[in-house]
Amino acid sequence: MEKSKLIGAMLASTLIAGTATAQDVTLTIESWRNDDLAIWQDKIIPAFEAEHPGIKLNFTPSAPAEYNAVLNSKLDAGSAGDIITCRPFDASLALFEAGHLADISDIDGMASFSAVSKSGWSTDDASTQFCVPMASVIHGFIYNKDAFAEVGVEEPTTEAEFFAVLDKIKEDGTYIPMAMGTNDQWEAATMGYNNIGPNYWKGEEGRLALLAGDQKLTDEAWVAPYRQLAKWGAYLGDGFEAQTYPDSQNIFTLGRAAVYPTGSWEISGFNGLADFEMGAFYPPVQNAGDTCYISDHTDIGIGMNAATPNAEAATVFLNWVGSSEFATIFANALPGFFPLSDAPVTLEDPLAQEFISWRGECESTIRSTYQVLSRGTPNLENDTWNASVAVIKGEESPEDAGKRLQAGLASWYEPQQ
Amino acid sequence: MSKDQAKPKFRWHIVVFLAPAVLVYTAVMIYPLFATLRLSLFTEVGQERVYVGLQNFRTLFGNAFWSEQFWNALGNNLWFFVVHMLVQNPIGIALAAILSQPKLRFASFYRSAIFIPTILSFVIVGFAWKLILSPIWGIAPGMLDAVGLKSLYAPWLGKEAYALTTLSLVSVWQFVGIPMMLIYAALLSIPDEILEAAEVDGITGLSAFWKIKLPLILPSIGIISILTFVANFNAFDLIYAAQGALAGPDFSTDILGTFMYRTFFGFQLQLGDPHMGSTIASAMFAIILIGVCIYLFGIQSRMRRYQF
Repeated sequence: MEKSKLIGAMLASTLIAGTATAQDVTLTIESWRNDDLAIWQDKIIPAFEAEHPGIKLNFTPSAPAEYNAVLNSKLDAGSAGDIITCRPFDASLALFEAGHLADISDIDGMASFSAVSKSGWSTDDASTQFCVPMASVIHGFIYNKDAFAEVGVEEPTTEAEFFAVLDKIKEDGTYIPMAMGTNDQWEAATMGYNNIGPNYWKGEEGRLALLAGDQKLTDEAWVAPYRQLAKWGAYLGDGFEAQTYPDSQNIFTLGRAAVYPTGSWEISGFNGLADFEMGAFYPPVQNAGDTCYISDHTDIGIGMNAATPNAEAATVFLNWVGSSEFATIFANALPGFFPLSDAPVTLEDPLAQEFISWRGECESTIRSTYQVLSRGTPNLENDTWNASVAVIKGEESPEDAGKRLQAGLASWYEPQQ
Repeated sequence: MSKDQAKPKFRWHIVVFLAPAVLVYTAVMIYPLFATLRLSLFTEVGQERVYVGLQNFRTLFGNAFWSEQFWNALGNNLWFFVVHMLVQNPIGIALAAILSQPKLRFASFYRSAIFIPTILSFVIVGFAWKLILSPIWGIAPGMLDAVGLKSLYAPWLGKEAYALTTLSLVSVWQFVGIPMMLIYAALLSIPDEILEAAEVDGITGLSAFWKIKLPLILPSIGIISILTFVANFNAFDLIYAAQGALAGPDFSTDILGTFMYRTFFGFQLQLGDPHMGSTIASAMFAIILIGVCIYLFGIQSRMRRYQF
């Protein structure tokens, strides 16, 4: 008797569960942010699902390095999820042009973003948007406050001070002055060249002039950052040639290095790992009193698979991504990824506050190689990785690197010919 | 038998038994191969796929940007192969010769121990060696230091001059078990009478190996060489696991497999180009085909075989 009741109850519950899921729409989200899996599952998804009964979210990230390749194959095969996390600029533009991303210019959620925020996910004439801007990352240097106090140095603001600090740490010998390796290549370009560069080419001014063909990569403003990078080699740890990105992260969070050239995306990861106090300073300017420029790079957007059968539910989700509620959850769950919407957001993490405060002090720009310039073959971004590494290792002179990049760019980009 | 069969009956069972293998092989190997060759004759203009004949090959070999990368990858691939031929196969043969000594104790233990890396995943091998050789966490600098040779240590995987050779040797470490096993089997199949007859004639020990055994296992060595050739020119996994798709430092470990992957699927901001990727894949296919043909018609047909 008891047993059959139990079985009956179990059958009934499966039936109910079965009908409930049949009514629900499940949206699958493609992303490269596998680091954020816990945050989506514990914070973002419950908050959304509580407000929107009937829509379930399924966050399915893949490895960052493989994301573009995996996503392209999935889209071509028709097996991609409903919601697509968008890389900025050409990778997503190509998806839109191939008809994989839906035109979402008119959805309500787009209203709260400025033109600059939207630039990463608009057509070249800025008339059509295909992804909702989600977050940007700011470049700078994170440092070990304890190490600075021990060696007796202060946050540098000019280039001369910066190298004086590094010299002093090197002399002291307790800490590796700077944690960076060249094995994975991208750090040298992203955390090196594009981090310190905007101070030389004056942010947007130089970047737009390069796009228009008025400046060349052989100009002093574009070669000077390489000249500074060439000096970095002496301050990196032993065997930096084979040091990988995770190696550098570990060296810094274990307290073995004093300065870590980086971007704000590290904040959430480092908060859990480092047991010393961290500070941050923006890329040092050439002379005291110069305007500072920071790379405030539009990094993540989110759009809709044009082939999704659940377009309506997906639009509801995208509108929610554009809301200040999402911005607040996201910014505080992931300190270091700064929301791009105009909606006011309060940040609690001190290190993240430090980074975002530079938006007031300095001029913002985005990474020089991302918009349009990496569209052709040879690919300027990949070439910049290669050149930055070669310069740091002393295998290529800054001038030669500039010449090589300019020749590659001019071979396919008309305004530079 | 009452009467002779005038006509042999068509033997249907052969077709039936072969069908599953032929169908599966066609679906997963032959069709994709020809589809790839076909794809290399097209390109994308706008959103349309257009037939362009051999234009992609002209770009690959004629355009300095592409051809430089291609020859660099081919050169690296050749070096990768040379290291395997000069290190892996001689060591494999030597190990097999030692293991086939009847007096050797624990022979089966050594055999298994040397063969085990072969069954490990490339990812594990790549990652384990990356850690061993790491200047920061690795045991290589410490071990060299312990014997006073710290000065010999360099961050090998990060130096252009050493990275490819280092990875080739890692691959040799992983696969030395294969030539060893094949040669070991060949050595065991040599009848004892021949060796005894040689002994009667006064040929023993090392000279027995050089004069009797080696000529008898030459066909196996030929097979191993061609297997090494095909495997090396199809290699991709180890380089990708250890150095990533950009095959750093400065493309010094870039081989045809990684070059093809990067082009076909794209990398970071570089968008994938299936048509150029297929072109490279077709070139790889041609290189391997030529290599195998040279072996089959030039070497194997002239090799002397002994029947026991």
